[in-house]
Amino acid sequence: MRAPSGGAEIAAGDVLLAVENVSLAFGGVKAVSDVSFDIRKGEIRAIIGPNGAGKTSMLNIINGFYHPQQGRITFKGQTRAKMRPYEAAHGGIGRTFQNVALFRGMTALDNIMAGRTLKMHRSFFWQLLRFGPAVAEEVEHRRFVEEIIDFLKIQEIRRTPVGRLPYGLQKRVELGRALAMEPELLLLDEPMAGMNIEEKEDMSRFILDVNDHFGTTIALIEHDMGVVMDLSDRVVVLDHGVKIADGTPDQVMKDQAVIDAYLGVAH
Amino acid sequence: MAHDAAARADTFAKLLIRNADLHGARTAMRHKDLGIWQSWTWADSLEIVRAYAAGLHRLGLRRGETIAIVGANRPKLYWSVMAAQMIGAIPVPVYADAVAEELAYVLNHAEVRFAAVEDQEQVDKIQSVAERLPKLERMLYDETRGLRDYDHTRLYSIDSVIADGRKALAEDKSVAEWLDAAIAAGKGSDPSIILYTSGTTGTSKGVVLSHERSIKAASDTVAFDHLTEQDVALAYLPLAWVGDHYLNYAQGMVAAFCTACPESGDTAMADLREIGPTFYFAPPRTLELLLTRVTIRMEDAGFLKRKMFHYFIGVARRYGERILNGEPVPLQGRLLYGLGNILVYGPLKNVLGFTRVRTAYTAGEAIGPDLFAFYRSIGLNLKQLYGQTEAFLYVTAQPDGAIYSDTVGPACPNVDIRIADNGEVLFKSPGMFTGYFKDEAKTAEVMTPDGFVKTGDAGFFDEKTGQLKIIDRAKDVGRLNDGTLFAPKYIENKLKFFPNIREAVAVGDKQDFVCAMLNIDLTAVGSWAERNNVVYSSYQELAGHPLVYDMIEKHVADVNRSLAADKMMAGAQIKRFLILHKELDADDGELTRTQKVRRGFIAERYAPLITALYDGSKEADIATEVTFEDGRKGVIRARVKIRDMQTVPAAVEKAA
Repeated sequence: MRAPSGGAEIAAGDVLLAVENVSLAFGGVKAVSDVSFDIRKGEIRAIIGPNGAGKTSMLNIINGFYHPQQGRITFKGQTRAKMRPYEAAHGGIGRTFQNVALFRGMTALDNIMAGRTLKMHRSFFWQLLRFGPAVAEEVEHRRFVEEIIDFLKIQEIRRTPVGRLPYGLQKRVELGRALAMEPELLLLDEPMAGMNIEEKEDMSRFILDVNDHFGTTIALIEHDMGVVMDLSDRVVVLDHGVKIADGTPDQVMKDQAVIDAYLGVAH
Repeated sequence: MAHDAAARADTFAKLLIRNADLHGARTAMRHKDLGIWQSWTWADSLEIVRAYAAGLHRLGLRRGETIAIVGANRPKLYWSVMAAQMIGAIPVPVYADAVAEELAYVLNHAEVRFAAVEDQEQVDKIQSVAERLPKLERMLYDETRGLRDYDHTRLYSIDSVIADGRKALAEDKSVAEWLDAAIAAGKGSDPSIILYTSGTTGTSKGVVLSHERSIKAASDTVAFDHLTEQDVALAYLPLAWVGDHYLNYAQGMVAAFCTACPESGDTAMADLREIGPTFYFAPPRTLELLLTRVTIRMEDAGFLKRKMFHYFIGVARRYGERILNGEPVPLQGRLLYGLGNILVYGPLKNVLGFTRVRTAYTAGEAIGPDLFAFYRSIGLNLKQLYGQTEAFLYVTAQPDGAIYSDTVGPACPNVDIRIADNGEVLFKSPGMFTGYFKDEAKTAEVMTPDGFVKTGDAGFFDEKTGQLKIIDRAKDVGRLNDGTLFAPKYIENKLKFFPNIREAVAVGDKQDFVCAMLNIDLTAVGSWAERNNVVYSSYQELAGHPLVYDMIEKHVADVNRSLAADKMMAGAQIKRFLILHKELDADDGELTRTQKVRRGFIAERYAPLITALYDGSKEADIATEVTFEDGRKGVIRARVKIRDMQTVPAAVEKAA
């Protein structure tokens, strides 16, 4: 299912993406300072931290949306100072957003189809005419999209405009769109924000299944500690833009700096 | 024709072979997968089931042993039933939404060694109670997702079992010979399936049915409704329910019609439209839900459409049923109805997926006269039947042309019905069960010495129509302290006919007067709230809203008026009522899996409310434990208001 998309093949367990001494500032505000960590192929990596810790900034840096003033990012063995979002997408990084960013007037099916754009090779002209090879290509992509729909169990909303869907389902469609590009690294920005317990459990199940079924490496930001501890293989903790801990969920839970950051320190 | 041959084929395996011979190229099964309808012919089905049966035998499943089937309506689970039956094993379907506790009880009681399940969810559920199922050895699954990393020493995908059987059949001639011998060795008197009752009263019992009796019953109704291999049915009701096994599986095998499985439970409505079945069954609840949706949508439609809809539904109400029954109708009525058919009924039936339906049944509960008339008036040949698991759902059914909303029809062909002195309905039928699994005492309890089965339902034959009328469970019929007859279900049904009332529980046995506890319908009342600017954040808040109480009070007053018109029931009018703070739910044990009220349990659970209803309080506090879908528990607390009602003097002289 995975499409090799350039760069060296990386075996499971090896470093897929490395962030080294990255700093990012908006004027005088230091969003991220001197953070280093890595994401290994095949793992679920959580980035956690209190509000304003720099988690989403970190995701935006990985994704090429922000360009750090200092530091290096190595993805699949290639180090780049600046990467644009579409290059990241071409390279195999997919993502979802903290606030759902779907085409609200389009159906769930069309939204997920949109995620296949990068995989379509026929020219706009052929696609417009819907003729010849473009049809065969569309059928093939549709099959892949149907597999995602089946995978995420959203058959009943296939033809429903996403604007009419409840929030939990919109999040699922967004995950579907990210999966449609067959990413090697999937970035999830608070996939469970605003969900109830049942929706969270469903989403957790889907994240584990994506990781298991497609072998996709996942980096996720999440606030629900229970979810993070259950899902992730390794956790990196940020606070005020600085990395304060990195390790397995158990290690991180016991870390004094993490406890202080979350619960506050008595002065 | 078809049913003569069916009489000779005395087991389902032999029927399958007959169907493959006679209708080999016809479609037997459809399933929507990845957005596309896949189909299998009877010849395909036979080949797959033979391979599957051989595979099951190679895994160790033997004649007389049981295999649990857990999951939604999918071809592979239907084939699991066929394959097990082919080698003489007995399938035991279990409700897919049963919680682990119920599952453990049934699997343990049925002593299953094998289980064929749909997906990871069911595998997890069974594994969570594995230590209570010492006999369970192997599990088969349909959907691979999420199961890749599981220990596969005792876990197999259904595909791999079929592939293994297919290979064995191809490589070794003796396997095919053995299988042919196994099919030939199957006797009509062998048990074909064990269906566990939903358990309106206490724990569920395993109803054992036999091949020949099932086939006989199905053959009779296939002839009764003229079903042929041209027909199509959508199998969307639970596999473990007698209705699905009878209407879709047994009738499908006898008539060789096509059974279509929906893509998923939630897409059934859309799939219905795509498949366009010719034979349809829906419980009254589903029909009500459909009508509610149509009504709500029409409220939102443009002025012209709305006017047109209401006008032509009025026309249908006047002439529709009479046209369907073949009664004389004035020419003008026929013309208007024809126009309405083009403009409203046709498109409406198309949207609902009813365009091709020739025969539709409803059963399980009383159906509101308005609801029933609505569907019939737009030209859907909706009829009622009455039955139960013990009868293989086959006691009475309404023939075309003699349809009434408040009766369930005359006895089916070859069925004897008798009313006992206490009003209980007794029957003797070709499809009746052979006994409860491992429970002779209970079997003896429901049988009369001369071989009739006690249904537990109270009823009588209607004088006007000659058809059977069911009023309530026999044991639920009680009396008020002044001796007035109290049939709770009769009152509850009258309440539930209002779209705003979803569920009702009437209390009154051995009390001075009748009280009711109600659930509002969130869809209907929610839509009303939207139109009337009533703001609410939860079911609980909406249920407690004074305006909602006012509205429901009017409904209760209507019910009292209608009760007053009936001499027998006039004394059982509702004096006080309340709206419950939560919806009654099967997960909390308040309803059965088939959505019937469990009276005794509710009386216990809501004892503080019932006390308050009778001690004159204006409100009462209640705390109830609820179970979430994942099995976790929580507590809901609420203060529930109680309303007093005026009763209507019995109108004895005014025969309504």
